[in-house]
Amino acid sequence: MAPIVSVSNLSKTYASGFKALKGVSLDIEQGEILALLGPNGAGKTTLISIICGIVNPSGGTVLVNGHDVVRDFRETRAMIGLVPQELTTDAFETVWNTVTFSRGLHGKKPNPAHIEKVLKDLSLWDKKDNMLRELSGGMKRRVLIAKALSHEPRVLFLDEPTAGVDVSLRKSMWEVVERLRASGVTIILTTHYIEEAEEIADRIGVINGGEILLVEDKTALMSKLGRKQLRVDLSHPLDAVPETLSSYNLKLEGDGHCLIYDYDTSAERTGITSLLAALAEAGVRLKDISTRQSSLEDIFVEIVGAGR
Amino acid sequence: MNIEAIKSIYFFEMARTRRTLLQSVVSPVISTSLYFIVFGAAIGARIQEINGVSYGAFITPGLIMLTLLTQCIGNGSFGIYFPKFTGTIYEVLSSPVSMIEIVLGYVGAAATKGLMIGTIILLTASLFVDLSIAHPLAMIFFFVLTAVSFSLFGFIIGIWAKDFEQLNLIPMLVIPPLVFLGGSFYSIDMLPPFWQAVSHFNPVLYLISGFRWSFFEVSDVNPVFSAAIILVFLTVCLSVLAWIFRTGYRLRN
Repeated sequence: MAPIVSVSNLSKTYASGFKALKGVSLDIEQGEILALLGPNGAGKTTLISIICGIVNPSGGTVLVNGHDVVRDFRETRAMIGLVPQELTTDAFETVWNTVTFSRGLHGKKPNPAHIEKVLKDLSLWDKKDNMLRELSGGMKRRVLIAKALSHEPRVLFLDEPTAGVDVSLRKSMWEVVERLRASGVTIILTTHYIEEAEEIADRIGVINGGEILLVEDKTALMSKLGRKQLRVDLSHPLDAVPETLSSYNLKLEGDGHCLIYDYDTSAERTGITSLLAALAEAGVRLKDISTRQSSLEDIFVEIVGAGR
Repeated sequence: MNIEAIKSIYFFEMARTRRTLLQSVVSPVISTSLYFIVFGAAIGARIQEINGVSYGAFITPGLIMLTLLTQCIGNGSFGIYFPKFTGTIYEVLSSPVSMIEIVLGYVGAAATKGLMIGTIILLTASLFVDLSIAHPLAMIFFFVLTAVSFSLFGFIIGIWAKDFEQLNLIPMLVIPPLVFLGGSFYSIDMLPPFWQAVSHFNPVLYLISGFRWSFFEVSDVNPVFSAAIILVFLTVCLSVLAWIFRTGYRLRN
């Protein structure tokens, strides 16, 4: 199936001379959740802003469902919903009016039943007549999501949607995202919370310095780059790692009570069997063993660090 | 054409007018009444007539223009500047709306509000003085085109302005002197020859003169010139906007 969003060789240089994007290419598949990770100033928001039409590109093209975002902006923008990073709301408007306004802006005829459903889904129904300035930060964030969903988009961009949002609201937000994905909406989100990406995304893109460093299926990425750690708890503490085990690059931790062994799951031999044999041979008595998979955060730090 | 979007922007803007009714409508009515009391009663007692028109009636078109220009520029600029300032402009920019539709929504609302207030002032004035409109169609022509072109001008200022100071610069510092020196309260025949000549470089003179002609058939300049000036101003504003749309100036950059 053709990608729903196709970015080719996209570049953006701002009037100040700052190069926010340097030839970015990226395909986003229909119905997936893609998480874009990157440090502050990496180019995430610029990339989203160009796809949504807020910022003009300096070079390259973006197609949404086969339509060019500059030439066929009516078709592309009608398909896209955007939840911006900043909590930008009209303080003196009511929730109902501001969400209805968003639907009209996207050229859709009024549909109170749909607006009602969106507000109920986001637990905003009882606040529909409240002015936005009366709402908490988390509720304002939900209003922005409601605005983005008011015109029934096929592609939804969530730019740091959970920044400053408490845990329970974050969970309910992800439930909404899951329901949207189930209804066929493609979701692109940027986040600083790597565990979120790890939990809900299908694919992960890492962007830094205006360049896409990689885009990978999440599980493939985890297994490809994922390092594992074997932790061996000892019955009796050691003063130092025995000479015979020096080839394993073991670390002695916990006041000599624990040995740490890093290994690569994708390697032909992990070395675990021989390590355990060598430990027995050296007379080291084991109390317990456990392994730990490196998190997406570890991977992210590794990739971004390597790119510097 | 995204008609729903134009309607949405227009009614959203008009809703703000309803919310700020006191400030939007009552305040210009009070200030106009004060002008009538101060200029009409105090000065009018000394200047009986100008070109055969009673002084109170003579200043009415100028007063309407003064309010119309400041209101239209203020509304036009604020309408687009405020979303820029709060950041809600992202939504308009990411909607399937062409710049022409954005202008129709914002400028249409700004001009409507200006025309509403202008009409209220006209009605208020008719409480103080006897008014007759000799050329109603010409009056509507000047009234509507001035409202539209100055709302467009305001819209451009709103896009250009980077802060509230820049936003208020032209409506506060440039327009009032031009209106006051454009023959709102006098005929330029009453000025010394040098200042008469200088006045002819003031575009607002042509607006007020043409507008006044449509009421009383008296004018400082030929009403055809007045009509030409307003059309030229409208064309200039449209051309600047066309350039802004093409380049994305201060909106998409």
